[in-house]
Amino acid sequence: MTGSEHVAAPALEMRGITKRYPGVLANDRIDLDVRPGEIHGLLGENGAGKSTLMNILYGLAVPDEGAVLLDGQEVQIDSPADAIRRGISMVHQHFMLVPVLSVADNILLGEETMANAIFLDRTEAHRRIDELAQRFGFEIDPEAPVGSLSVGSQQRVEILKALYREARILVLDEPTAVLTPQETKEIFAVLRRLAQEGHSIVFISHKLYEVLEIADRITVIRRGRVVGTTTPAETDEEQLAEMMVGREVQLTVDRGESSPGEAVLKVDNLVVRNERGRETVHRVSFEVRAGEILGVAGVAGNGQDELVGAITGLRRVASGTVTLGGSDVTGHSPRAMHEAGLAHVPGDRHRFGMVMSFPLTDNLVLTDYYRAPFARGPVRDEAAVAEAAIGLIERFDVRTPSPFAAGSTLSGGNQQKLVVAREFSGDVRLLVLDQPTRGLDVGSIEFIHRQALAKRDGGTAILLVSAELDEVLELSDRIAVMYRGEIVAVVDGRTAVKEDIGLLMATGGRDRDGSPATGPGPASTTGSVA
Amino acid sequence: MTGPAGEPTNQPVPPAEEAEAVEAADGARAASALRRAWALVVVPLGAVILAMLVGSIVILASQVFIGVEIDPTLPLVAYWAMISGGLGSFNGIVETMVQATPLVLAGLAVGVGFKAGLFNIGAQGQFLMGALAAAYVGGQLRDQPALVAVSLAVAAGAFGGLVYGFIPGALKALTGAHEVVTTIMLNFVAISISSYFVSGPLRAPRSPFAQTLDVGNAELIVLFGRNGHVGIFFALLAVPIIWWLLWRAKLGFEIRTVGANPDAARFAGMRPRRLIALTMALCGMLAGLAGSGEILGRVGHLTAPYATNVGFDAITVALLGRANPVGILFSALLLGMMKAGAGQMQIQAGIPVEIVDVIQGLILLFLAAEIIVRRLFRIREARVGLEELATVTRSYGERSA
Repeated sequence: MTGSEHVAAPALEMRGITKRYPGVLANDRIDLDVRPGEIHGLLGENGAGKSTLMNILYGLAVPDEGAVLLDGQEVQIDSPADAIRRGISMVHQHFMLVPVLSVADNILLGEETMANAIFLDRTEAHRRIDELAQRFGFEIDPEAPVGSLSVGSQQRVEILKALYREARILVLDEPTAVLTPQETKEIFAVLRRLAQEGHSIVFISHKLYEVLEIADRITVIRRGRVVGTTTPAETDEEQLAEMMVGREVQLTVDRGESSPGEAVLKVDNLVVRNERGRETVHRVSFEVRAGEILGVAGVAGNGQDELVGAITGLRRVASGTVTLGGSDVTGHSPRAMHEAGLAHVPGDRHRFGMVMSFPLTDNLVLTDYYRAPFARGPVRDEAAVAEAAIGLIERFDVRTPSPFAAGSTLSGGNQQKLVVAREFSGDVRLLVLDQPTRGLDVGSIEFIHRQALAKRDGGTAILLVSAELDEVLELSDRIAVMYRGEIVAVVDGRTAVKEDIGLLMATGGRDRDGSPATGPGPASTTGSVA
Repeated sequence: MTGPAGEPTNQPVPPAEEAEAVEAADGARAASALRRAWALVVVPLGAVILAMLVGSIVILASQVFIGVEIDPTLPLVAYWAMISGGLGSFNGIVETMVQATPLVLAGLAVGVGFKAGLFNIGAQGQFLMGALAAAYVGGQLRDQPALVAVSLAVAAGAFGGLVYGFIPGALKALTGAHEVVTTIMLNFVAISISSYFVSGPLRAPRSPFAQTLDVGNAELIVLFGRNGHVGIFFALLAVPIIWWLLWRAKLGFEIRTVGANPDAARFAGMRPRRLIALTMALCGMLAGLAGSGEILGRVGHLTAPYATNVGFDAITVALLGRANPVGILFSALLLGMMKAGAGQMQIQAGIPVEIVDVIQGLILLFLAAEIIVRRLFRIREARVGLEELATVTRSYGERSA
């Protein structure tokens, strides 16, 4: 894809956008132009101001200064409804779909095609959806309930929704964060077709290689300012990372040598069931030694969530034992686990890791609030909490205007740093990292990886669960591959070959003849486990 | 503090700019505190103003129905009479305080629930059970020394409410039964229980009415005016105690965490189920205290049926006070003032006292339909105030943590 042929007015131009929030200059005279038929990559660290910029475009925020132009005409976008009317659509990282409604109904929601004043024209709607799906090569059943679809398909529904509303400008906020490599490939094909048809796409991502692959031009934002606009031909990952962070970034940290000690965590014949009572972890056994990182690789939904839940005390253990530091802790409460030396960076930070409405200070002592020095008897010591919090904020570089700001005011990456700051501090024997860098920018990833390695070198046993195979390969001393609730292989992290692990993840190493090495297995397989 | 965005700077920063940034951060903090306070107050204020406006339309409309010539100043006359009735004299102020006392306590019973993500509609039932227990113990101890009689009767009322609040709390914790449903039902049960006891086993002998024995020495002493009983101080004390509990004590932190995010609470090692049961018991205790204050301080006995709306007015108070103890105090005083001044309004302006209920209902309506208030007064959406309410609505129909 090499940009647009004609040099007409840009489909979208944002000119001199400035937006101040209390204590933060979120956007500082940002210029951005997106041409018709262009895929424009937007890069920036967490909290660099990308979301603010897109919120302005989508009518969720009003800029203090600057103008938004569509096809050369200055416009004022008052609300998301207004944005949609003007042909701007946004596909959020967290999908805005109603799981119990069908694909067609989700698409119709808010943009109902009416036969008359009272009744929907479903026939016409279905016809249009089918037509759109065919044109862009989606394979999707309009009657299927959205909740039954895979994440990748749900995303396609979001894009279909935008196309149904005749969007000309599509903003995709980290569209690949939740996708498998195969799904990513498919979505890229769709995006290219959209661009060919003249749609303009703003593609926000943290994955530099993806942006390099899909974008025609790339704009990098740092600390609310545009650092520069470039093309994939002129740049590479290292340069983009440096533009984003403002210094040289090591994209892969050197894991160094490890010197594992005795086993800290022992899991023996562990069986766990999911919410619906289905057994999703089958008689799993492994151990993690002091001073080593055991990585768990696997396609999402192969029992990793349940495994982590059982080890951290958040889920009930059906059978088997969990031993921490020599004592049996099977079925112990999260509090008991915490006191036995477990720290846990949960995969779903919004659900478990933090309280959005609470200030950073309270969030930073969430697991230790009840004991000295943060409480004496029944009374909390606010001063001690604030002091500890301010120290952690500085040490872990959590970017916030104030330690008393609500957790919800932080960007995603800084929220994760907040959780990491809390869980990495103190005396930790076993550290469970569940998707520790999901949705984070390169600078934050480097930081968290370094911290994890430092913890390992300090003698902490680390269990790393990640859907990012590269992350597992980069950090792990040993790699356990999880497939359909079982650990199908444990390999040495230093000699492991990515393709072999990928194959094990996809097939469990059982039917090598059937599916291709990198494919995520047949849909029915992943569906039944999820 | 580092740069304005709180980011560490790689380039050397001129000292002047650094100092400016620190100053800006300090200023921003003070400004944001002010903004937060304003954002908390502005919607309730708007709701009250709108309710008064619509109330004046009702006042004018009532003139049309009677067939009198419409006097456009009548709403002003009526409101002025109400305010001066409630605040214009020593007795008026005392009456306002007396009226506000049960509203503060029961308002806290609803407000503390909000903090834990619970919608306690059962303050009415908890109030009644507290009243029943206080009336019974007070009646039994009517000849004992006042100190013994009063403290035991008050304790009994608090305990009665506590038990009655614990029931829906435990039901939610154990079975996930939603407290909105259970507390509404338990309100009816409470009416029946109290009616049964008052007209049956506890009926005062030789009394022509269905009522309990007079509480005699268990009566709360009157300190000011005609009926300014000592219970006023229970309410005034409860506000700082509950504030301290919520914002300074460990338990309050746990209650707020469970309310804001039960999953995170579990992650943090708290026990959401236990906390839910405990919080509901605490709420019940507060409502029970309100009930005992009314019986021991104003009426002296329990009648059947006991006509009260305190438990429901408490919901308005808690919402108007944004579940904040201090806000609840002021809301209760406002409603208390309206009730205390209603009589004078009727006398001076000829407006029936029921208009107070109309206004109160309108306040609740506008609080519930917050968006109307925001639109009319052009208030921007601010994420402060009743985040807990979101949890309340979310939790409906979901399995509890």
